[in-house]
Amino acid sequence: MDFIIILQAGVATGTVLLFATIGEIFSERAGVLNLGVEGMMLIGAMSAFSTTIATGNPWLGLLVAMFAAGLISQVHAFITITLHADQVVSGLALTFLGTGISLVLGEGLSKAGTVSLLPNLSIPLLSQIPLLGPIFFARQSILVYIGYLMIPLAWYYINRTRPGLHLRAVGEYPSAADALGINVFRMRYFYVFVGGMLAGLAGATISLAVAPGWFSELTTAGQGWIAIGLVIFAQWDPVRAAVGSYAFGALRRLILDIQGPLTLLGFDNPFYYNPYWGFFLQMLPYAFTVIVLVIGSREAIRKRLGAPAALGNPYIRGERGL
Amino acid sequence: MATSNQTTLPPVVTMSGIVKRFPGVLANDHVDFDLMRGEIHALLGENGAGKSTLMNVLAGLYRPDAGVIQVNGKTVNLSSPRDAIKAGIGMVHQHFMLVPSQTVTENVLLGLDEPRFLMRLSEYDDKIAELGKQYGLDVDPRAKVWQLSVGEQQRVELLKMLYRGAQVLIMDEPTAVLAPQEIDDLFETLRSMTAQGKSIIFISHKLNEVAAIADRITVLRRGKVTANGLPAKGVTTQELARQMVGREVVFRVEKKPAKPGEVVLDVRDVYAENDKGLPALRGLSLNVRAGEIVGVAGVAGNGQRELSQVICGLRNATQGEVALTGELVSNRPTLYGIQRGMAYVPEDRTHVGSSPNLSVTDNVIMKKYRKPPISHGGLLDMNEAGRFAKELKEAYDIIVPSVDTPVRLLSGGNLQRVILAREISGEPAFMVAVQPTRGLDVGAIEGVHRLLLVQREAGSGVLLISEELEELFSLSDRLYVIYEGRIMGEIQLGMEEPSDEIVEKIGLMMTGTPLDKIEKEAAA
Repeated sequence: MDFIIILQAGVATGTVLLFATIGEIFSERAGVLNLGVEGMMLIGAMSAFSTTIATGNPWLGLLVAMFAAGLISQVHAFITITLHADQVVSGLALTFLGTGISLVLGEGLSKAGTVSLLPNLSIPLLSQIPLLGPIFFARQSILVYIGYLMIPLAWYYINRTRPGLHLRAVGEYPSAADALGINVFRMRYFYVFVGGMLAGLAGATISLAVAPGWFSELTTAGQGWIAIGLVIFAQWDPVRAAVGSYAFGALRRLILDIQGPLTLLGFDNPFYYNPYWGFFLQMLPYAFTVIVLVIGSREAIRKRLGAPAALGNPYIRGERGL
Repeated sequence: MATSNQTTLPPVVTMSGIVKRFPGVLANDHVDFDLMRGEIHALLGENGAGKSTLMNVLAGLYRPDAGVIQVNGKTVNLSSPRDAIKAGIGMVHQHFMLVPSQTVTENVLLGLDEPRFLMRLSEYDDKIAELGKQYGLDVDPRAKVWQLSVGEQQRVELLKMLYRGAQVLIMDEPTAVLAPQEIDDLFETLRSMTAQGKSIIFISHKLNEVAAIADRITVLRRGKVTANGLPAKGVTTQELARQMVGREVVFRVEKKPAKPGEVVLDVRDVYAENDKGLPALRGLSLNVRAGEIVGVAGVAGNGQRELSQVICGLRNATQGEVALTGELVSNRPTLYGIQRGMAYVPEDRTHVGSSPNLSVTDNVIMKKYRKPPISHGGLLDMNEAGRFAKELKEAYDIIVPSVDTPVRLLSGGNLQRVILAREISGEPAFMVAVQPTRGLDVGAIEGVHRLLLVQREAGSGVLLISEELEELFSLSDRLYVIYEGRIMGEIQLGMEEPSDEIVEKIGLMMTGTPLDKIEKEAAA
């Protein structure tokens, strides 16, 4: 087992989680919880792959994936923002809807053969840095580098720009924002769309770069749920989200790779000889997600972690009676 | 003081003939109002008099049904808060509109077009600190709003409006949330702002404050102006109280003289907090005897709600105690009081007083289902329950197709009769009724009044908490006036209509003058 290779692959896997997590952070910072990440990612993965097969252009596949997932996110936006329905229920429904659509439209795609993928590159000087260079900057997909850029940009946008200030206000105290002329509804629709686009990008990152191909719902294998857990773990902050995403990406790779060799540190590898141990390992990231979500569902803890105060609450405007 | 050069300038704001209707209510009935440059103009009136409605019209939140608004002599159309701010009018709401997790500077900049994209907060921090210094609004621009005291948060609201270039500031009950020291600071700030040419509208129902701060006073009662722009100098608080409370024809209800018996409810030196953890009751004592109706008068939000909740056990008293027929009931489960003869007619009849989706039957047996004849050994006898409900339906004139109808389909008057039927049929020793006729039409009001008087004849004690003075005058044998969680005084009411002198006293007590002080001044 070569740890450099595991970590290198972990960064690539982590990029999937990174896009999905940052997307969900945008949506939740505006006050809309979207549990449909898994469904939107599947839509993205499927449409990216099928577009690329049809046109031979992976960049076009990427764009279509983002647009398609953004579009399906607007179903959730309409139901929760305009119709004031429960965000949890609508988000779950969106996951089923996205999964169903992508399975139907993706039928047969898994046998469709190979496609031209997005390019891998090494960064000249940076890849020479010992240890870090090969992990982060050698032979990585271009999407991984886009991920690196997105971390500071997302942080800066949220914390240091005017639209970011408005985004935070809408998620924290929408009536205050409304009183100052900010269109709360439009902002929420927009950031749910951004969240959808980034989930679509996450899906496309799988099917065009990290694990190319379409393997129906196993393409994402629950990573959308991990992303939702990571948002809480990251306390709605893009930089912390990056740390969590790469750590989880590396963990996923480690769990896969640890089941390969016959011996481990000179002993017989228990994960090789006993598949149940392997299943146990594979369960861990999801167990973690469940635990984070359960803990994070407690009001007091969410407040302590810095959850947007209006997260989950529909904004209803109206003249008072008197 | 209105000097001659001030009067030659046109008013900053003129509102003429403003009409605003809400379903079933005429909140503003052809109201005229004008504001001069550099003055503090107080808008005085009871709750529901239409003050906030009028100012929400000026702040662009409500659109008037009729009337004209002029700013600096030009007619304007204010259809959103943005328009109002553009016209130089800013409103500081009673409930602050601030984002707690953001800094003062971020809150001030929120919603502005400037800066376009990137925000160098430190530059703006300095700007805002300077603006604060100019008007005596001392607050750290880098502090997060949740770290600030209520008084400081109010300053941030003012800064927000000043930063937007507001010339006219509307303060909606600005002192309601402040401590006395903070009120002094606020008044100083307001004076410094008027000295620099700003104009201020000060909404209040507290006479003393208005007398202390205002240059001119306009009084509203039931949506109409009763005094327009009176100079504050030379007007007595007595006169203002009369203008505000008004003398209406009291609708007399037939009632026999009271035969008060033993004390059934004794509230002794009770302290309690409101939902926000702020003091709501501060050493309040009162008592109710068997066979009398005792009224509690006061402007809304002075602790009435908390008082009723402490009495029936829905809220804990932090100090003091409540005794029902000699037994301690405060800080005990509600059932404890109910079993000892407590009845409660709450203010919120649709959610506290009843369960909207349950039938009339289910609602009327709520205090009876534990015992025979309604239940036997833990099983409900629905036949018996239905029979009981039908009995009450006849006896209390509840108009409903069937006792199985969910009560959410009932009109307000019928629902109140369901609640009263349930409470009275338990033959309580004592009943507390909060705003029992709010939102009811005249016929239904009469019915509720009659039922309360029946209770009194039956020898039960009734505590009637109401904001309707007429209702209190026509039903009560005695009257307490509550102000900021304390009793300002107690008035004996006879069988006749109370005299002007008594009404005036009550008005003064409702705005914070204790009875002994009023009597001392009258004697002097």
